[in-house]
Amino acid sequence: MKPASMPAAPRNLLEVRDLSVRFPVTANGGWFTQRQESLLAVAGVSFAVPRGETLGLVGESGCGKSTTGRAVLQLLRPAAGEVVFDGLPLHTLWVKRGRSWAWGPELRDLRRRMQMIFQDPFASLNPRMTVEELLAEPLRNFGFPSGPERRARIQSLLETVGMDPRVIRRYPHEFSGGQRQRIGIARALALGPDLIVADEPVSALDVSIQAQILNLLQQLRANLGLTMLFIAHDLAAVRLVSDRIAVMYLGRIVELASATAIVSAARHPYTQALISAVPAPDPVAEKTRQRIVLQGEVPSPLNPPSGCPFHTRCPLREDRCIHELPELRELAPGHTVACHAVSAPAGRG
Amino acid sequence: MLTKDPYHEAVLTVRDLRTFFRTDDGVVRAVDGVSFSVGRGETLGIVGESGSGKSVACLSALGLVPRPPAYHPSGEVWYGGRDLLQCSERELEALRGDRLAMIFQDPLTSLNPYLRISRQLTEVLEVHKGASRAEARRGAIGMLERVGIPDPARRIDQYPHQFSGGMRQRVMIAMALLCQPEVLFADEPTTALDVTIQAQILELIADLRQSTGTAVVLVTHDLGVVAGSTDRVAVMYAGRIVETGATEAVFARPQHPYTRGLLASTPRIDTPPGSRLEAIPGLPPDLGHLPSGCPFHPRCGRVVDRCREEDPSLTVVSAAHAAACWNSEATA
Repeated sequence: MKPASMPAAPRNLLEVRDLSVRFPVTANGGWFTQRQESLLAVAGVSFAVPRGETLGLVGESGCGKSTTGRAVLQLLRPAAGEVVFDGLPLHTLWVKRGRSWAWGPELRDLRRRMQMIFQDPFASLNPRMTVEELLAEPLRNFGFPSGPERRARIQSLLETVGMDPRVIRRYPHEFSGGQRQRIGIARALALGPDLIVADEPVSALDVSIQAQILNLLQQLRANLGLTMLFIAHDLAAVRLVSDRIAVMYLGRIVELASATAIVSAARHPYTQALISAVPAPDPVAEKTRQRIVLQGEVPSPLNPPSGCPFHTRCPLREDRCIHELPELRELAPGHTVACHAVSAPAGRG
Repeated sequence: MLTKDPYHEAVLTVRDLRTFFRTDDGVVRAVDGVSFSVGRGETLGIVGESGSGKSVACLSALGLVPRPPAYHPSGEVWYGGRDLLQCSERELEALRGDRLAMIFQDPLTSLNPYLRISRQLTEVLEVHKGASRAEARRGAIGMLERVGIPDPARRIDQYPHQFSGGMRQRVMIAMALLCQPEVLFADEPTTALDVTIQAQILELIADLRQSTGTAVVLVTHDLGVVAGSTDRVAVMYAGRIVETGATEAVFARPQHPYTRGLLASTPRIDTPPGSRLEAIPGLPPDLGHLPSGCPFHPRCGRVVDRCREEDPSLTVVSAAHAAACWNSEATA
């Protein structure tokens, strides 16, 4: 391990290289027999997030976006690859306890700098704890003593997320979904983290409340200088809060570009289909738009296709797509795409 | 029972429907004076957020809300010359699954996990159409093929868990359409699905509507789905319709501040990154303790004294476009 005497803080707060996550699964092998198999949920994902930036991860169910977020925070032990947080290689900070792996002390201590916001504000808060207890818990775990100072900290956290600080004696069931999500955000902010992984933070909320939470996240990011990994299936919401966006399909990043370019200059046929499938709240545009309706469904990650994972549904499929996995290639500065059919930038050599 | 249908131009007409629930906390006014109709081959969108009453309105129309705890202080649901609210459970059962069908958000809760798909599909035809086993099976396979299930002759003998979410939703649509219903209620039919699969399912419903003339009532929270798939729309808030009209007119010139707020809160794919959304402040009201006057007034940016005292009713603002707002009436 490197000592903390590095010359300057690295520009990227988070660097992920070739990250893979495997899940063991039990498959039926016939009468009374079972086979142990494994499912590659994340298959070699690489990206970097500079300080103060938000990277959006989008994709449909089962694409590995949430698993990537969890592996970044080391809530899951990666099967391979590196996760470097502020120059610290997190994947090396695990220790072996008997036959299983556990967080080493440094990793546990780093927890305060990396926090998660969850999708379901109904499931992520202990229903038997008051708001004060919910927010005191992370503070206590990291040695913040009880007393008027802690209460003041809790009250200021509530104000930060736009809630009345007088609610500290109430229980989660007394709040609406949007307010619960605010409490979840306050909990994530309690220890002053540098990195927030937000996993579908608005998808369980109603439209009018979604907008309130999206605005809050943007405001917090600006005021607190947070670095964020924003994971969601809703491309329009992701685009609003992200600087750059990575599109995932079957455990891999297929395209990564600025939030502007991912929509205005999408190159991967999957990204293009995804964009064309997002319905616009505009009847006139909906009537005239050409929708790329993909055939078939996402293949099972238990039995992924050969070659390019998207070839079974791809309108641009060529022979080599069936056999050869396309690498991510930079087609324009900061715009990378993994596709054989679009490897040459249009109009240029 | 009345036998004359006074609203014969529409296939189904709901008039002044109220569905209240008696609870320990008092009376919850889930649906509070809702009227709408849907014609042959037409799609009506009902849009609103959780608790707006959009699902309860449809379930009430089909007699699927248990009474008690629910009761209807007022309302008529006219279909085929009958008021469904006055029909017996036996009469309703004969209509449901045959002339009137419903598909739900979560296909897993409406398909029996213990029965093969074949059994669940053929039962519909045997019960309602008196088809023989073999006829019913042929009909069911044909419908599975129409809704885009590959290899239907083999897959019909599988169980629901052997289908993916999108395929299960197709099975449910197939089940709902087997008897060629005159009215199809679709309650958030694509909410549980990924967007690329959502596009497939919406296209399927549109194709079937065109080829069979089924009237569709599409309930959703998603303004994008409404914009792309409906002819007319009704926006619900706190148990009532606050704005209704031709979909294009409502989106082009929204009159009710709630409709405008919903549109402004919805990020679009072309919204510039980093923009702030114009969120609607506050929360939807508690249906057991509605505010005085207009139920939206505590969240409204254009509130005037009258809004706090008097409840506005739907008022025509232009041809086939109405809104329940004191301000919109003033501009009309």
